Amino acid sequence: MPSLGADMEAGTLVEWQIQPGQEVKRGHVVAVVETQKGAVDVEIWDDGTVEQLIVQPGQKVPVGAVLALLRAPGEAPGAAAPGVTAPATPVPAPAPAPIPAAVAVPPTAAPRVKISPSARRLAAELGVDLATVQPAAADGIITREDIERAAQARKPAAPQPADWHARMRTAIAAAMSKSKREIPHYYLATEIDVTPVMTWLAQENLKRGVSERLLAVVPMMKAVALALHAVPGFNGFWVDGGFKPGAAVHLGMAIAMRGGGLVAPAIHDADSKNLDQLMADLRDLINRVRGGRLKSSEMSDPTVTLTSLGEQGVETVYGVIYPPQVAIIGLGKITERPQAEQGQIVARKMLTATLAADHRASDGHSGALFLAALGRLLQQPEQLSKTTDQKLSQ
Amino acid sequence: MNAAPAATRTTYREALRMALREALARDPRVFLMGEDVGRYGGTYAVSKDLLEEFGEERIRDTPLSESAFVGAGIGAALAGMRPIVEIMTVNFSLLALDQIMNNAATLRHMSGGQFSIPLVIRMATGGGRQLAAQHSHSLEGWYAHIPGLRIVTPATLEDARGMLRTALEDPDPVLMFENALLYNLEGELAADAGAVDIDRAAVRRGGSDVTLITYGGSLGKTLQAAETLAQEGIQAEVIDLRTLRPLDDATIVASVAKTHRAVIVDEGWKSGSLAAEIMARLMEQAFYELDAPVARVCSAEVPVPYAKHLEDAALPQVPAIVEAAKKVVGRRV
Amino acid sequence: MNIDRDLALALLRQMMRIRRFEEKCAELYSAGKIRGFLHLYIGEEAIAAGAMRAFRPDDAILATYREHGHALARGISAGAIMAEMYGKAEGCSRGHGGSMHLFDAGTRFYGGNAIVGGALPLTVGFALADKMQGKPRVTACFFGEGAMAEGEFHESMNLAALWKVPALFLCENNLYAMGTALERSEAKTNLCAKAESDGVRAESVDGMDVVAVMEATQRAADSVRAGAGPMFLEFRTYRFRAHSMFDPELYRSKAEVEHWKQHCPIANFSAALRKQGSLDDAAAARLEQEIEAEIAGAVAFAEAGTLEPVELLTRDVYTPRNAS
Repeated sequence: MPSLGADMEAGTLVEWQIQPGQEVKRGHVVAVVETQKGAVDVEIWDDGTVEQLIVQPGQKVPVGAVLALLRAPGEAPGAAAPGVTAPATPVPAPAPAPIPAAVAVPPTAAPRVKISPSARRLAAELGVDLATVQPAAADGIITREDIERAAQARKPAAPQPADWHARMRTAIAAAMSKSKREIPHYYLATEIDVTPVMTWLAQENLKRGVSERLLAVVPMMKAVALALHAVPGFNGFWVDGGFKPGAAVHLGMAIAMRGGGLVAPAIHDADSKNLDQLMADLRDLINRVRGGRLKSSEMSDPTVTLTSLGEQGVETVYGVIYPPQVAIIGLGKITERPQAEQGQIVARKMLTATLAADHRASDGHSGALFLAALGRLLQQPEQLSKTTDQKLSQ
Repeated sequence: MNAAPAATRTTYREALRMALREALARDPRVFLMGEDVGRYGGTYAVSKDLLEEFGEERIRDTPLSESAFVGAGIGAALAGMRPIVEIMTVNFSLLALDQIMNNAATLRHMSGGQFSIPLVIRMATGGGRQLAAQHSHSLEGWYAHIPGLRIVTPATLEDARGMLRTALEDPDPVLMFENALLYNLEGELAADAGAVDIDRAAVRRGGSDVTLITYGGSLGKTLQAAETLAQEGIQAEVIDLRTLRPLDDATIVASVAKTHRAVIVDEGWKSGSLAAEIMARLMEQAFYELDAPVARVCSAEVPVPYAKHLEDAALPQVPAIVEAAKKVVGRRV
Repeated sequence: MNIDRDLALALLRQMMRIRRFEEKCAELYSAGKIRGFLHLYIGEEAIAAGAMRAFRPDDAILATYREHGHALARGISAGAIMAEMYGKAEGCSRGHGGSMHLFDAGTRFYGGNAIVGGALPLTVGFALADKMQGKPRVTACFFGEGAMAEGEFHESMNLAALWKVPALFLCENNLYAMGTALERSEAKTNLCAKAESDGVRAESVDGMDVVAVMEATQRAADSVRAGAGPMFLEFRTYRFRAHSMFDPELYRSKAEVEHWKQHCPIANFSAALRKQGSLDDAAAARLEQEIEAEIAGAVAFAEAGTLEPVELLTRDVYTPRNAS
């Protein structure tokens, strides 16, 4: 069966115009085939003798099927060669299965989360659980903004230490720069004999368990706080062109952060707490500085700052005032030094205390008075262990 | 040293005329043919005075035989000339569609790469002048469907001037669509403004909140919409496609990767439009960037009516663009 | 008839080459080697063989989808044409076109056009370019009488005449546009009158007489080349086979076909040459053998051909540019 057209797949033999034994020549019309377009004459392309008619009239066969066998000239009878046509192409594929009628699609199961592709990817990146996200839009579709908000809210009240530390350093840098730019610093220093307080401390610590022992700086803190009461102009803030004395003495304690930098959070009401309370507060502050868990009020409340760098081996501290404070007291290393006393050279435990102060709020005269008061207070350590209710002598 | 020639204040129409004049002067193979391009001076006055300057051989008025003169343009291009065929409007181009699709777009590939057809066809397009249904089509998106053609839609004076030059140097057929409302567009044009590329989109306005993608006659409206949006705190990035085939996927995708939201403004009818094609490409290439479904502002699916209020309602307008952008950004109108 | 013997034998050979080639195509199509559509030129050989002699190598030739004869007569090798129909990369259109789209830049053969009437406007353009460039070339367009119903025909005649371009429009009137007889589609069947009414000089020629075709075409080509403006020639002819392979020919009687076979251009020309003494049995047999060998060679070439790699599918959509 010849291929007669691009879309012909089969044909029906209508009639043969030859019979077995007949000689045919190339171009001879040998059959009539019915196609979808009508009846077509089929010609033969070879010379020869008809051997056998295979397909009968009325039969429908696909393109490529053998219709008859032809004997080539000179060939013996019985040696059959495919007759009318032998198409090189294979028989066409069977008719495709009938297209089924429309199928009812069952409704989908649980409703999906409605979220934009970009938001979904962002949630994966930030590790946000979609179940916890509240879309802001009325249509309930989650967007990038919703994911960003959820990621923010998920952060703990105190941020990761590393993060917090970085921010602290930035804040400190800004504060110190401002301080040096705007505050006219003046500096005073004095040597204080701390032998009495150190002796007293040693005895006090014998009464205390290891975990309650007072650090050397604690009586100093109390002495500073009380001295600030004695001499005005050093506890408070410089605001709006004038000095505002602090209502209480919130002592900012300079504490080193892990990873570098100092912060000076407040110990509130340092003047009215006893030494054990001050110690506890200090320990707590140190722990929280290490863990990065300070409250913002602790950072902004100090009315004055104390920095003690004796542990680091520094003898004299030239401090930088934390604005808007007006003073910073520095305590150096406690060393045994030779002192002249009543014509004798004795070894005394000495400490250099410095005052850096805002010259707009105070001057060297009052600064000197402050340091003198501090020195005097430290000569009577047993007085320091009392709380404010007890009056102190000048 | 002589100062460079200053920019002159001119129109889109004059920019096209400058480009034509330069092309005719520079290359003797270039000639212009179309209805009323000669004696009449061009139906939109683009070719005014060119007949006087270049003569009847180079500026040929044709009879109303779109199929014949477009086919003649193809034949002439095959035989060594660089014809510019002007079909008065895209509306009449349908009479020559067989020549454009079955010959211009196809001969190269069908012959196994033996021939190039360096033909430029210019057509006016677009609605908005109350010319009713048969004179208001925007079919450039439709033509952009056909491989073998290049489709450009200049929306600025620089592009009107520069794209024609580049199109004439292109070895393949270029169809240039000029929105009729742009002919009077005024602007500054550098005296030495030269050829521009015809395969990249341009960011006409930067923004980070939403990408507005458009071309041709809709560019002005889209920029206006961007201004309105800015006043409400929405910074829209406006992309002028410039070429509809080939589309500059990279520029579009980069913008949406930044803004995560997109609106397409296309004067064609919505279904099967160029806007639909761009939406498909954004789906294919920027799916994970999308924070909202892409929106489109197209012509209403209606033959463009004559009455002004009806025509205005049928074509894309600034308020609709603003509304679509706001919706996509998530602010209720 | 008084015609130079060598020329006569050349004409006969050309017609027979076309005839045998077309017969082979029919056989190969039936066997499924050639696919798509196949339109055979059998019966009309005198036109391609005769007319093509009037053209120079740098003239441009355009034809229809029934263009195998024109392609052969123009000088495209039988092998390249056969390979094209086999869809092979060695085909004259790299297998992209098939039977209906034979193209060859070397012989300025521009198809092979499958839209009826589609080549007429192109013809005007080719001729216009030649005139504008001052080249003494002629553009010849072969088309069927069915194309004259298309608006494009009249548009093209008008434009060609208006601009007086060197185009030669060669209408092969085989009386049927696929299955529609001329008198059923045209209110006015005088084809030359139609062309003249559009302003183009016209002449009618017996398309079964190869010498008449050759002489008329030569006269017309010379006139057009000299700048006299376009011309239209009608060749009255008949196709002995169906419109295409898949056509049961319900629209014409077998008797009519048999009648026209009496006018077979090859049979009649052979007879005339024998009478003239330019052809004898031996020469005829030799001719047949040479042609058979040529065709067999073409088939072998096509069979051995390769398929263009699929990776190159989109390469020829646009012209490659230099990297910018």
